[in-house]
Amino acid sequence: MIGITSYGAYVPATRLPLALIGGTRGEGGPEKSIASYDEDAITMAVSAAIECLRGFDRAAVDAVFVGSTTLPYHEKLGAGVVAKALDLRRDVATADYAGSLRAGSSALRGALDAVTAGTARTALVVASDCRMAAPRSALERSLGDGAAAFLVGDDHCILTCDALHAVADEILDVWRAAGDPFVHAWEERFVLEHGHRSVLLEAVRGLFQKTGLGPGDFARAALYAPDLGSHQAAARAAGLSAERLQPGFFGRLGNTGAAFAPMLLVAALEHAKPGERLLFATYGDGAEASVWRATGEIEKLAPRRAVSWHLDRRRAIRDYAAYLRPRHLEAAEHDARYAAGISATVHFRERDQDLSFIGARCRRCRTEQFPPQRVCYGCHGRDDFEKIRLSDRRGRLLSWTLDHFFPTPEPPLAAGVVQIDGGARAYLQLTDVTSHELRCELPLEFVFRRIHEVGGKPNYFWKATPVRNTPETE
Amino acid sequence: MNPNAIRDKSAIVGVGCCKFGENWTQSPEDMIVEAAYEAYADAGIDDPQHQIEAVFCGAAYPSRGTAEVAESLKLFDRPVSLVQNYCATGTDAFRYGVFSIACGLYDTVLVVGFDKPKDRGVSGPSVMMSGVRDLPATPAGWFALCAARYFEKYGATREDLARIAVKNHHNGTLAPKSMLKREITVDDALKARMISWPFGLYDCAAQSDGAAAVVLTRPSLARKFRDDFVLVRAVAIALAPNPQTDPSFDFLGWKPTVYAARQAYSMAGIADPRREIDVAQVHDCFTLTELLTYEDLGFCEKGAAKEHIAAGTFALQGELPVNTDGGLKSFGHPTGATGVRMIYENVLQLQGRAGPRQVKDAGVALSHNIGGAPQTCGMTILARP
Repeated sequence: MIGITSYGAYVPATRLPLALIGGTRGEGGPEKSIASYDEDAITMAVSAAIECLRGFDRAAVDAVFVGSTTLPYHEKLGAGVVAKALDLRRDVATADYAGSLRAGSSALRGALDAVTAGTARTALVVASDCRMAAPRSALERSLGDGAAAFLVGDDHCILTCDALHAVADEILDVWRAAGDPFVHAWEERFVLEHGHRSVLLEAVRGLFQKTGLGPGDFARAALYAPDLGSHQAAARAAGLSAERLQPGFFGRLGNTGAAFAPMLLVAALEHAKPGERLLFATYGDGAEASVWRATGEIEKLAPRRAVSWHLDRRRAIRDYAAYLRPRHLEAAEHDARYAAGISATVHFRERDQDLSFIGARCRRCRTEQFPPQRVCYGCHGRDDFEKIRLSDRRGRLLSWTLDHFFPTPEPPLAAGVVQIDGGARAYLQLTDVTSHELRCELPLEFVFRRIHEVGGKPNYFWKATPVRNTPETE
Repeated sequence: MNPNAIRDKSAIVGVGCCKFGENWTQSPEDMIVEAAYEAYADAGIDDPQHQIEAVFCGAAYPSRGTAEVAESLKLFDRPVSLVQNYCATGTDAFRYGVFSIACGLYDTVLVVGFDKPKDRGVSGPSVMMSGVRDLPATPAGWFALCAARYFEKYGATREDLARIAVKNHHNGTLAPKSMLKREITVDDALKARMISWPFGLYDCAAQSDGAAAVVLTRPSLARKFRDDFVLVRAVAIALAPNPQTDPSFDFLGWKPTVYAARQAYSMAGIADPRREIDVAQVHDCFTLTELLTYEDLGFCEKGAAKEHIAAGTFALQGELPVNTDGGLKSFGHPTGATGVRMIYENVLQLQGRAGPRQVKDAGVALSHNIGGAPQTCGMTILARP
């Protein structure tokens, strides 16, 4: 049977309290998750994928499909950066699904098709979005940032896909034109009545008809909806009782676009029992509904950081400008985007180090080093190294500073030399850390982030962040 | 290495230095001419076209290379070279000048160190954006990396650093050509805005424009220029691994200084630096750099710097005065000029010409630069004959 073999999710630690948008302070009120200044759809996709791949052999991944409406490049593959950051095989198939809020479920469907057709045995699917609406617009309050990842295969599935039903629809309800940074929506009553509510329902009813199943056959439903009201209304219209609706974390997470329903599916999976049926339905220029069934394998999957773990890890910003600044919605004296930028040839030569965080181990004296050297730091032997992947190791902080001089949207910038388990060292920025946490020997792990936007494009590298409690240690 | 190969084989007979500062109205040419002609006058050279046989220049941010010096001084039809070695640039240019005299190739050469960072339109050093991995790249961030670990192990604090800043600000008020002439208190230093923890504004050197020059000759010819010439006892340069990636670095001191000191002390035959050296100019790009340098140079035991700072060991009236002209902190830091400026100050000290900041009976003087991440160190030891 073909289906999902693993899952992961990512929610940025940063939260924007909605009260800040209106100019008041509002800790404790409704909030939404927002990408930090060093995060985007690609870095969040990498983080969700790392969780999804926990305990799985990365070398077994045959395909990577990324679904998003907010990949940083119009021409350049997001899945390619994700594959490189994950240090996947060079002959992995890569594709982006874009342009629709259904990009996440379309990528999932693409993976199911690839495994069904036999062009891949194992496919990684990541849905990730960080959409922006105009500052202080009504829409801005509802959007949030996040990512979900699934591994699709035909062996040891935790969730099998039993049926799918799609509806295509043409409507100008929610859109973002080329060159426009902001998502727009037509008048709300029109959007809900003729868009989301009716078309999502059409797909769900079509699925019920096709399969002979009804709302009572599902333990949980992961449904896309732009807000709490339409989420509950859609469930009611489909005949789903309130306890069968996977809650949408409204007021905590925000509508994460193409990643939203996939993240709700992950949240449902966190509690799914063998034999239970799940309903999954996405919306965007049409809708798609599918039936999934949990297997006994779900109880064997090692604990991982999914939606609930990430929602509990939060850091609210105190100033609306801290949201605007890194999104270039506020004029700044020094805008790194206009500097000359990183040489494409340098980037090309350093792909292994910068994107895959690959170091070297001397075959003679075993000294590990980063970046890889030609002549060994330990024994001074020449060109006798093997590659080592450092991104999935841990480390500790050897020494650190808080740099107030370095231009960053959130000064001061924490940086330090990290002793990586195994012996290599790297000078890294620290992220998602507060200054009072910094101390020598602080345990660290690594996250893939935007290091800067010099040259008007995102430049990625790994950063260190304090090790947070893992599900295993909770 | 033959430690005797260059010892006392060259003599300094003239030194010059322009006023360091934000020299908005001066071009590099203006500063180079000012420093070189002062050094000529100091050496009694009235015909540089015939008396200067070669020129060794040091600049970290030259805009036009060797021509900048050759055209300024109209010194053509002879060798002019430009050396670059991070913050040890000026010291390294001097080192090649010493070699050229010691090997007997020339009678008299000129060493010029200069830099004009204030034409770049940025306050403080530029933030380097050349690579992805190298970031963040501010010198304050690099040099701060020893602080957390050193403080934890030896119990030093920001107050110990502040005392170094107070001392160097005081010494700077006594040097006519220094950039900053302003006394500060420990409290001023502690309350100043943060640059990169633990460095506040007053823990950081004053980046400035400037140029300095030295005339070198053979000791046998030195008396033709002046009786109180100064001998070059040692010059050293040493590189160490980038501390950010070095798998064996302990973050308690800087390796380049330890390495260079080993060479310099062997050349000069120095066994007990604190007693044998009378005055020292060390690289206080940041206050912690000066603190670690006390220990790395063997002026005191590892971890003991804070007691010596409190006791005034390195103050102007102390046992071993350090940075008598205010150092990089107060005199200014035009990268390529700094090493040559230190030699200028040491020569004045050895000749008893340092005015209100004069160290009594100074016979042996040391200078020290450390630069890069840091990875390089340059040192000189000068002595009265």
